[in-house]
Amino acid sequence: MLKSKTFVKKTRSGGIMKIVREHYLRDDIWCGSEFCTECKQDESVLQKDACIESNLCVFPHYLLPDTNVVLSQIDILEDPLIKNVIILQTVLQEVRHRSAPIYKRLKDILHDKEKHFYTFTNEHHRETYIEREPGESANDRNDRAIRVSTKWYSDHLKNARTEEGLRIVLLTNDRENKDKSEEAGLLTYRCEEYIKSLIANPELVDRLALTNDDKNDITSSKVLFPEHLPLSRIQSGIKSGTFLQGTFRASRDNYLEATVFVHGEGDESTEVLIQGLQNLNRAVHQDLVAVEMLPQNQWVGPSSVVLQDEGPKDDDVTGDDEEEKALKGAVVGAGPRKPTARVVGIIKRNWRPFCGMLFLSQIKEATRHLFTPADRRIPRIRIETRQASTLAGQRIMVAIDGWPKHSRYPNGHFVRSLGCAGDKETETEVLLLEHDVPHQDFSQAVLSFLPKMPWSITEEDMAVREDLRHLTVCSVDPPGCTDIDDALHCRDLPNGNQEVGVHIADVSHFIRPGNALDQEAASRGTTVYLTGRRIDMVPELLSSNLCSLRCNVERLAFSCIWEINEKAEIIKTRFAKSVINSKASLTYAEAQMRIDDTSMNDDITKSLRGLNRLAKILKRQRIEKGALTLSSPEVRFHIDSETHDPIDLQTKELKDTNSMVEEFMLLANISVAQKIYEEFSECALLRKHPAPPPSNYDILNKAAKSKNLVIHTDSAKALADSLDAARVDNFPYFNTLLRILATRCMMQAVYFCSGMDSDFHHYGLASPIYTHFTSPIRR
Amino acid sequence: MAGVELLSDQGYRLDGRKATELRKVQARMGVFAQADGSAYIEQGNTKALAVVYGPHEVRMSRSKTLHDRAVINCQYSMATFSTAERKRRPHGDRKSTEMSLHLKQTFEAAVLTNLYPRSQIDIYVKILQSDGGNYSACVNAATLAVIDAGIPMRDYVCACTAGFVDETPLADLCHAEESGGGTSLALALLPRGGHIALLQMDARLHQDHLETLMEAAMTACKGVSKVLDQVVRQHLQEVSALTGE
Repeated sequence: MLKSKTFVKKTRSGGIMKIVREHYLRDDIWCGSEFCTECKQDESVLQKDACIESNLCVFPHYLLPDTNVVLSQIDILEDPLIKNVIILQTVLQEVRHRSAPIYKRLKDILHDKEKHFYTFTNEHHRETYIEREPGESANDRNDRAIRVSTKWYSDHLKNARTEEGLRIVLLTNDRENKDKSEEAGLLTYRCEEYIKSLIANPELVDRLALTNDDKNDITSSKVLFPEHLPLSRIQSGIKSGTFLQGTFRASRDNYLEATVFVHGEGDESTEVLIQGLQNLNRAVHQDLVAVEMLPQNQWVGPSSVVLQDEGPKDDDVTGDDEEEKALKGAVVGAGPRKPTARVVGIIKRNWRPFCGMLFLSQIKEATRHLFTPADRRIPRIRIETRQASTLAGQRIMVAIDGWPKHSRYPNGHFVRSLGCAGDKETETEVLLLEHDVPHQDFSQAVLSFLPKMPWSITEEDMAVREDLRHLTVCSVDPPGCTDIDDALHCRDLPNGNQEVGVHIADVSHFIRPGNALDQEAASRGTTVYLTGRRIDMVPELLSSNLCSLRCNVERLAFSCIWEINEKAEIIKTRFAKSVINSKASLTYAEAQMRIDDTSMNDDITKSLRGLNRLAKILKRQRIEKGALTLSSPEVRFHIDSETHDPIDLQTKELKDTNSMVEEFMLLANISVAQKIYEEFSECALLRKHPAPPPSNYDILNKAAKSKNLVIHTDSAKALADSLDAARVDNFPYFNTLLRILATRCMMQAVYFCSGMDSDFHHYGLASPIYTHFTSPIRR
Repeated sequence: MAGVELLSDQGYRLDGRKATELRKVQARMGVFAQADGSAYIEQGNTKALAVVYGPHEVRMSRSKTLHDRAVINCQYSMATFSTAERKRRPHGDRKSTEMSLHLKQTFEAAVLTNLYPRSQIDIYVKILQSDGGNYSACVNAATLAVIDAGIPMRDYVCACTAGFVDETPLADLCHAEESGGGTSLALALLPRGGHIALLQMDARLHQDHLETLMEAAMTACKGVSKVLDQVVRQHLQEVSALTGE
């Protein structure tokens, strides 16, 4: 029989569409019961002996739950005790519509043969199909459909009844539904009463989910989060001091916790802790937020629990509530209480496209899926896409659109796909995007400022520069390095002292301040070195060719030349723009070999030996003053030349030549710092490293104490000495570990202007003044 | 929020049919007295009207005359009110030209054109209500109209669509199933000999499933042919009763 289903739907653009669909009614839908002799089914799902011990229903019975019972008491239905249940098509469709996770669980139960759950397609059964009456709401119509199906089942199985009597029990919490079905003569119980009547299994009562009154449906537009305050209120609040403004930093380990760095006066910024989903109130990492401090008795300490958002266990908040309780439980006694607050409003969102992967929804044809970003501090994002199956294994970029207050996750949209996950190119791309490294090609505007090739040094250039092309200058760099920033030379002077020179590539000749090239380099900030790939700060023409101090070509340089005596004391210093001609571009290994090989005695080798000797003395002097040698393990990958895949791993070894170059670079930087401070005492660009406060050393002390050692941290020299002395027998790596820990305790070194600060000290290098003058090609 | 479930676990589709069941097909021949042949077909909610004029002399552009056979001229159009949203359909837009071409190719294969050299047969088809399977309904309607016009054909041309969901082929897709993004295959068949007049497929399908899908479509076409045959015989009976033979 053919019926027609007509309903009206609203389109996205706000228009109204009338949808007409066919609806066929069938005679061949079977009841699924073993009992039944009329239905010609292939296999019966519902058992004949359907007895659950209950003092309400002492006869064999089948259960028929309605939608709300399924939605709220899915745990009970999953219990192995509950068997022989009829799930109507109406109920199944409503559950699918309202909650995807519960629908999935219900499907799993239906597939489990041991549970004997049967889906009855009542919408297409001729006798149980009903049409909506005028004035009846959709919910009422569904309830009526459930009642009609129950009646049909009762009548159908009445014929097959034996002495015990097989009955159908309707489970519903809705009062109206219960009343009406009792009028119709059906056996109806509230879920609670039924479960409590199962005397043989009292533990089932525990699994009863506490629901609100039957009147309340679980609507999908439940408000989860408090509203954000309007901007005017936030501003007045900040002015009056009730609210504080700061940057929101999500915690990487715990998705229910975050810190807000409140901007105080001057450099001071206090950290305020935010804990709990409601208090986080939809703020995303790096937003500018307004917070309100909680009263002191509600302050908590940072949790020591690592919590990750496992995904849509439950589409509402209840799943997270459990985790929040676990969080609070773990927090008690976790650490000192810190000032705690809650987010009241967002001043400025700082959203950008995020990289990550798609987490497919459990419903097959669904178009809404959850996207998990690579950065753990960003929450999952819900996006709508039809290409879900193609995107499943790929890394994609998604941008957030908004976060409505009734939604557990922010909504976003798909931006673009980066490629297959695991693919080297894709993963590199993801890394670069996530760390905000600009890596596109240089624009035409930028390239237009490059000098035209072939380039050579002009007469005018020569006129203002010192001609040092005759000096035996050489450079020592890592193997495969094409951007050579620095070159050294050393020669004996007639008066017994030595002349040492450090020549740095003169990048400022090619990049004039303010032009597009300068701006692009400033925005990139530094050259990024990846294994197998290098992302230049300045275009390759400059970095690997014209600025780079390659051997046997004339290059422009800025030289720093000292006269040093044999005790490595500086007698004289002078600076000059120069032209040099490097005689050799050596690697660290080659330079070391030349120094060690006593048979070699050419100018370059003699120069290297001189430099080496002086460097050793300089290093000793620095260590006496308290310079730190900390350990940051660096590894080197061996890349296979054909497949470009890494095949081997090696830790970098420090040779004499490494430290030789380092010493002279440091010396150059220090000399330049002194000179520019002399000349421009108010506005010299210097670099300092503040001493860390004693509290930073706590982890170092704790680690050392574990092996009964003491680290003295009162001065840099004390720290350096005690680090040297801290050794444990049979554990040679321990010293390296301690050094690595010590690196973590350090503060960051910063650039500053000489007129704005009085403390110039560089803690790590134990130098009273310092700046960055060397390596101009890459920073 | 999920999309619609095209095939339930119990094996029922959106409208309650099983995977291999066709929609209700109702057809009438001879609906227009003035045309040489006409037919109206309803496949589910898809309603198509076909009208045939011919064979007659080639009007418009005498150059198109073929000396040994008849020219078949097809025109496909959709009424503006045929879809859920009223949409103005200009004549000669890409989709209708493509459909017209498909129809022309299909009928050139079935109609015995050598019996009418230097003439033209016009087939006009209009979709009055579109609910999936537009092309199939057109072909079936046109077949009946051609038979009504008395033009000899090799065999009935029956068409049906088939789709693929969850490893199961579905026969005779409705609009919701077609637009669900899955595969949709339209097949026009001459059932007695099993010759395929036209095969068209949208979206992607794994090579391994092609056999099963085509089998399902062929079975569905054979089902349609039975209905069409029934309609023709009944019409014949009615007409002969009226003329008193």
